[in-house]
Formats: sequence, structure tokens, C-alpha cells
Amino acid sequence: MLAAIGVDSVDELFAQIPEPLRLGRPLALPDGMSEAEVFERLAALAARNEDAERQVCFVGAGMYDHYVPAIVDAITQRSEFLTPYTPYQPEISQGGLQAMFEFQTAMSELTGLPVSNAGLYEGPSSVASAAYLAMAATKRRRFVVSRGLHPHSRETLATYAVGYGAEVVEVGLSGGETDAVALAAAIDGETAAVFLQSPNFLGAIERVEELGAAAKEHGALLIVACDPMTLGVLKPPGEQGADIALGEGQPLGNRLDFGGPSFGFFCATEEQIRRMPGRIAGETDDVDGRRGFVLALQTREQHIRREKATHNICTAQALNALGAMIHLAWLGRQGFRELGELLVRRTAYARERLAAVEGVELLHEAPVAREFAVSLDAPVDRVLDRCAERGIAAGYPLGREYPEFEDGLLVAITERRTKAQIDELADALGDAIAAERGEISVHRTAETPAGAA
Amino acid sequence: MALTETPMQAERARTIYEKSKPGRRAAVLPDTEVPETPLAELIPAELLRDEPPRLPEIAEPEIVRHYNKLSRRNFDLDSGFYPLGSCTMKHNPRLNERVAALPGHARLHPAQDPKRAQGALELMWLLQESLSEICGLPHVSLQPSAGSHGELAGLLLTRAYHADRGEERTKVLAPDTSHGTNPASVTMAGFEVVKVATNERGGVEMDDLRAKIDEDPGQVACLMLTNPNTLGLFDENIAEIAALIHDAGGTLYYDGANLNAVMGHSRPGDMGFDIVHVNLHKSFSQPHGGGGPGAGPIAVSERIEPFLPRPQVLRRENNGHGPVYDLDHERPKSIGRLRGFQGNFGVFVRSYAYILSLGGDGLAEASETAVLNANYLKARLAAGRAGERLPIAFDRHCMHEFVLSGKPMKKELGLATLDLAKRLLDFGFHPPTVYFPLLVEEALMIEPTETETKESLDGFAEAIEAILAEAEGDPEVAKQAPYTTPVRRLDEVKATRKPVVRQPL
Repeated sequence: MLAAIGVDSVDELFAQIPEPLRLGRPLALPDGMSEAEVFERLAALAARNEDAERQVCFVGAGMYDHYVPAIVDAITQRSEFLTPYTPYQPEISQGGLQAMFEFQTAMSELTGLPVSNAGLYEGPSSVASAAYLAMAATKRRRFVVSRGLHPHSRETLATYAVGYGAEVVEVGLSGGETDAVALAAAIDGETAAVFLQSPNFLGAIERVEELGAAAKEHGALLIVACDPMTLGVLKPPGEQGADIALGEGQPLGNRLDFGGPSFGFFCATEEQIRRMPGRIAGETDDVDGRRGFVLALQTREQHIRREKATHNICTAQALNALGAMIHLAWLGRQGFRELGELLVRRTAYARERLAAVEGVELLHEAPVAREFAVSLDAPVDRVLDRCAERGIAAGYPLGREYPEFEDGLLVAITERRTKAQIDELADALGDAIAAERGEISVHRTAETPAGAA
Repeated sequence: MALTETPMQAERARTIYEKSKPGRRAAVLPDTEVPETPLAELIPAELLRDEPPRLPEIAEPEIVRHYNKLSRRNFDLDSGFYPLGSCTMKHNPRLNERVAALPGHARLHPAQDPKRAQGALELMWLLQESLSEICGLPHVSLQPSAGSHGELAGLLLTRAYHADRGEERTKVLAPDTSHGTNPASVTMAGFEVVKVATNERGGVEMDDLRAKIDEDPGQVACLMLTNPNTLGLFDENIAEIAALIHDAGGTLYYDGANLNAVMGHSRPGDMGFDIVHVNLHKSFSQPHGGGGPGAGPIAVSERIEPFLPRPQVLRRENNGHGPVYDLDHERPKSIGRLRGFQGNFGVFVRSYAYILSLGGDGLAEASETAVLNANYLKARLAAGRAGERLPIAFDRHCMHEFVLSGKPMKKELGLATLDLAKRLLDFGFHPPTVYFPLLVEEALMIEPTETETKESLDGFAEAIEAILAEAEGDPEVAKQAPYTTPVRRLDEVKATRKPVVRQPL
């Protein structure tokens, strides 16, 4: 090969790198290892994590411990789906393109909006992408955001908004739901978009249609983040006036993976199709009239439009979206609804069961679907530690992101969480709170200065 | 060409919705186990859906057959040579899939208390340390989800860095050869793109760069560069470029799409770059998945570090009990979050397994072989018909990829680069990246990667030769290609003019 190139050594090929910029030493990394050694090393790291096989997981907050059917792995691990890249050559990418088209159809059905893209990175950054679309659509630079929107989404939007040169205004919650009066007051003629989430971060199902009326009045887009697993039973955003429905796709066919990779879904009205971010598969014909699929509307995209593109996204999450499609096909129309009903009923049971525990109160009374918030009459982190010792991840502590709910805990239900596990959670919480109260009173007694009262 | 349909062509595409029959299903769900209260008693009726979404109704064997059939309508890296320039289509070791699927990784909740996720945080720390060493920059954030997300992060970091010094700069310079994501990211980050010309050696035109800086040095926020650039050429003037930008007070951003050329040989940090993104799905073997997932970690210099996204992985010594890992959510100067949770952890697992497998020497050797393979294929294509019809755009040794121009082929044979690409499909190859970079007419951008054998490179060169020979006889053959693929040339204009983006139900 060197002879064909006309050099004596590979080093000559690297001569184009100026001498002072060559590393001139080996990388300070360990030597390579055999496959067996790498496996052992990684398995040892994995063993130091308490995953949902070792702990009963009631943690949600956007990502959930659902059962992913075996066929999802079997199909997504096929070389033909795993190892190609973006379908730039549609004639040899019909499988992937058709899967995108099927996925778009499914997400469009779920959200009740006519247009879906083929997926974005994940949930919170999809919120920021919707804001970019809203600026282009309305020529305005002000966003009104419910405090019920996932804290990661709000923070991501704030990060992006600095680049957009946009203002973000937050509206608080009342009784677990977005404060309707404050929201209406916050929306004005300069508002590009109003962001809601339903069920919101505290699990409450929002009255999207009522809340969204003020957005419509002022010509702002109504953007609704939603949990796809609830859309078998809950009214879809598209039937409640949403211009864009989006969210974290992980519950559909994707593992927890400590946070990713998953995907974000993004659906919109027809009006927004030419402003959409991300890939979109479209149907067409080949020269002989055969049905086929291509990447449609590529003139929106960075590889064609460069600085005038509707978004900068290139590599997204095609394989994760395929996993979602397979999961949805497996559940099917009836199964998807039944799963939604199962979640609602078990969640109602868990909420009632926990509310009956001494030291546990509901944080709000609003209707919920698969997640709910309680407040604990003991330090949340210590209660969580005690539950963890019993093999239970009891929920997501609200304190850091909602200082007003310092004693708040968010509890999530999936079809993997059995009645027995829910009962065990109730017992564990009760015991932990009782123990903490005991310790606190002991602690307080000990601290009481001698001679006082 | 005989135009009898292949069996796959004869089988028209049918979506899974068209195979649906009411009442069929795959899933069996667990029993409810709790009271089957009517939903309307739990949730106000007006918030409930009337009809379930029209998902397919289909049994499991038919789902499997459907997607197996679809899979056969895809070409993939495991089936053949995939020299897609700038995409680094290297082999995806299956070990990486196996370790990513371990329950300790795959079923770990992202909100797990850090003290119960020590293995995951340690893995992230170790990957950060590895990328820091490879890039020659002291600090890393793994958060960005892909290269373009890393670019946006880098530009927001640049904005924060200038703002912290009380400056607001508006312009970002980028060569005319840059990836499309660069200018798109610049706009999203609220900057204005200023294009810099390319010189006759394929590098940055220094006079143009100086002129663009001198117009208003106080407005230069950043220069974004790929090195080696999208022509596959290392810019020999990089030290001087870095000095010019730094003197003007700007930051230097490295688009790491081409890092596969220089691992263990030259480091962006040593070249003077402040911010680098690394495409884990390119250089570090995360499978491309038909368009993702990927990950785009960023490595940065000391002066950029205070602004890195939240949360950052922290490592603390624990009084001789070994290190403890945590997530730092404070970081007062941080630009904030770019996404949910900690990033694409599953991708981190695969790429860390890859780095462990190859080791420091192995990574350097991978880059050597990638550069050797590219130069060999370039030499093969400089001979014979390709040498005449598809000349190299910039004639010097390349790094990991090179760019040919189909201009003479088009002029002399009437064959566009697109025609050559489509004819390659019939020969069982994925075509190179076409019509990029924009400054090369009828461009073909070829990146073979280190995981291809000499035989596969020879096979590709022979196919190009055969197609050109065929076109000398009858150019129509290629102009009508492909013939053997599941569908033939598709009407992309129709798909854009009258978009049909979902199955009507």
C-alpha cells in the first residue's frame, strides 16, 4: 500500500502536521485489552450501580422503568438497523425510511396532530427547539412557561434562550396545576409561545384547553409537553388546541440507560411543517411508479440551508425512535389503551394507599395519570435512604428544583410496579417516617438544655 | 439494462398500518391487581380521550416479519463498504452493545442518588479523562447529545466567556468548507456567520482571514474550524490561525468530526483550540443507528471551564477510602443545561469500552491506518480512468479522507456525480458523501476508515473504474441507475412539494 502511495512509511503521511504540533509521545491511556478483560472491567463498574433490577423503582420525573418487550432488542440490534447512517441514499435505505414514516404516523396519532418529525435528541432540548420554531413563526421573542414544565426543560430553554436573545417568563402553580389567572396575565402580544406540560412535573393533568385560550387570543403558539404513555387514555394535545406537542420518548421502547440515549418526539399542525426541526420521512414514487420513501423537506436542513436552516440538528436518535415504533406495534391499539388504564388505576391505588400512611400527605389533589406528589413529615433524603436500605427507590425528591416543596416526593408507577410492591412502598415510607420522627424527637430531647421547661 | 423486476422490487412497500386487522394484538399485559374503577371516576371525563390512537393491530410473528422485511430493504455497514465522508463509518464492535445492555447500565434510573450510581459516575469520569487526554484540553462535559449539539454548546460557552469579560461579540468566522451544522449552530446561538475563503492548498486563506478579523477585531467571537478540514487536509497554518484569533480576543472552536485522523498524533488543545466537540458515534465506534443515537462531548481549555453545562461529574477523595463521585449542580457561571439528566450515557458506555479495547497505542494506530487507507484509495483512484475523470480536488497527501471532483466526468461523459453514486449502489457499495464540500464542483468525499481491508478498497476502486468504462460506452446506463435496489430513483421533489409524512388511516 505504501508503494502505491509512493511513500516509505506512514509517518510521511503525517508530515503535513507541523512538527511542534505532533504529540511525540504515546497517549497517557492504558494499553489495549482483550474483549474478555474489557467486559469484566465494565461489568465491575455496572455492579456498583443500584439499578431497577436491584431496587424496586418508583422514580420517574420524565424517565420510567417500563417493560421493554424482547422484540424491541431483537429488531433494533439487527445490523441493518444498527449500523447504517442517515438515509442520504434512499434507494438503499427504504427500511429505515419506512420505519420513520410509520413512527411519524404513530406519534401523530398519539398526539392528535397531523405532522410529526422522525425524532429529536430527547425531551428538554425538544422544548428549546420548539421555542426556536415559535420565534420563526411569530417573529416574537418572549416565552411564557408554566412551572409545571419539567425543570430540566425550563433550564434547557433558559440556556438556549440566551442564544436566541429571548426572554423567558415563568408562571407558578396553584393546587398542583398551572395558575390560570397568572398565566393569562403573563401572556401578551409579544409572546411567541406558551409552554405547558400535561401531566405536569407534579403529575397533575392540566386543563390545557382552558389554559391555552389566552395564548390563542394573543397569537402565541401553544406548546404542550406530554408523556406518551398517558396518551392511550388522556385527551391528546392536538384536540386541546396545541400547535406543537412534544416530549421525552423514553417510556416508549427505550431503556433507562442513566438518562439516554432516548429520543424526543415533536408533532405540529400542518402550518408549521416547513419550520420543523429534524428529519422527516415522506412518501413518494420511484421512476417506475413504485411506492418509496425519502427524507422530505430537506431544504429546511443545515446540510442544504446552512445558516438559514430551521435547526442545526444532524445526527438524532433514529434507532431509539425505531424502538418506540416496535413497542407501540407490540402494544397495539387495544394494548396501548389498556396499559394507560392500568397505569391510571394502579396510580390511583398507590396514591390512596400512600395518603393513608402516617406522616404522608398528598401534595396536591389534582387528577393524575401515572405519577403523583406527596409531602413527607420527615427529611426526604433520610426517608429515601431508609427505603433504599429496604431495596426500594421510593421516588424523586422535589426539594432541589422546587424549594417550596422541600418535603415533596414524586412517585411514579409503571406496569412493572405490582400491588405488592406498592404496599411495600407504603410500609417502607411509614416505617422510615416513624423512625425519623423518633430519631428527631430523641435528638431534640437530647438537645434540650438542662433545666429548660 | 434488463428491466425485469427483482423479487424485492416486485414486492411493493406496505406499512404496518396496512397489515393491521381489528382485534389482533401481540402484548399480554399484567393483571390490574387493583380495583377496576371506571376511568371517568378517577379523571374528569373532559380530560379523557374518546378513542384510542389508531395504532396497528397485529400479532407478534407478523411484527417480526414486517421489520425483518424492512431491514432487508436497508444497506448497512455490516453488509459492505460505506465510505461516507465526514461520517467515519468504522466497525461497531458488538462487545460494546453487550456491556451497554448490562442491567447496571441499562436499567439505571438517571435520577438515582449519586451514591448509588458510583459505577456510572466513575465511568463518565474515566471517559472524560480519556477524552481530555486525546483532545489535549483539561476539562470535559459529556452532556451534548451529538456533534451539532456540541457546536451549540461551544458557541453558548463562547458567548458566556465574552459576557463574563463584559464584552458582547457578534461574529463567528467559519471556512467555506465547513460542515452545514457550523453555520446553522452559529445562527441558533445568536451570532452572525462570516465566511473565510480557502487557499490553493485547501487550507484557510490567511489574507482573507486577516482581512475578516481586521474589519472589526472586537466583534470576532470565535473561529470554527475542522482540522483536518472537510477536504481531508491538515491546515499547516493552524498555529498562526490560532494566534490571530486569540490576539483578536476570540475563541477557537474545533469541529471534531474529523478527529479520527489525528488520535494520538496531534491534539486540538496543542493546536490552540479552546473548545472541541467529539462525535462518539464517529471516532469512538458508537453505531450510527440509521441516524443516531450519538453523543457530542466537549473538551475545553481552562478559561472556558467555569461556563461548562450543569451538572458536571465531580470526583472527591474520601479520606483514604478511595474516590467518591458526585454530580455538581451549582456551578454559578455555568451556561446551564443543554438537555435532561446527564447525557447519552449508553453511548458513553460503548465508547469507553472502545477506548479500553484499543488503548492509547491502539487509538494512534487506528488513526494511522485510517490515513493509510485513505491515501491508498486516493492513489488507486488517481490511476486509470478515475484519475482522468475524477481528479483529486487538492493534490497532496490527505489525512483520513479526500475529495474528488466529478467535473471532467460530467463534461466529458455527461455523467453527474449523482449518477456515479447511484450506479455504485448496483455494485453493492454505499456511495461517498456527494456534493460536499460546496467549493468543489461535483464533489465526492471519500472516507474509508481504518476497519477496511486492502481488498475492500481495491474492490471499490475497481467498481469506479468499471462504471467509468461502462459510461464511455453508454452513459445512459449510469444515468438511469440504480437497477437492483429495492426501489429505483425516487422523486424527491414530489416529497417536498406535496409532503405526505404519515400513513392515512
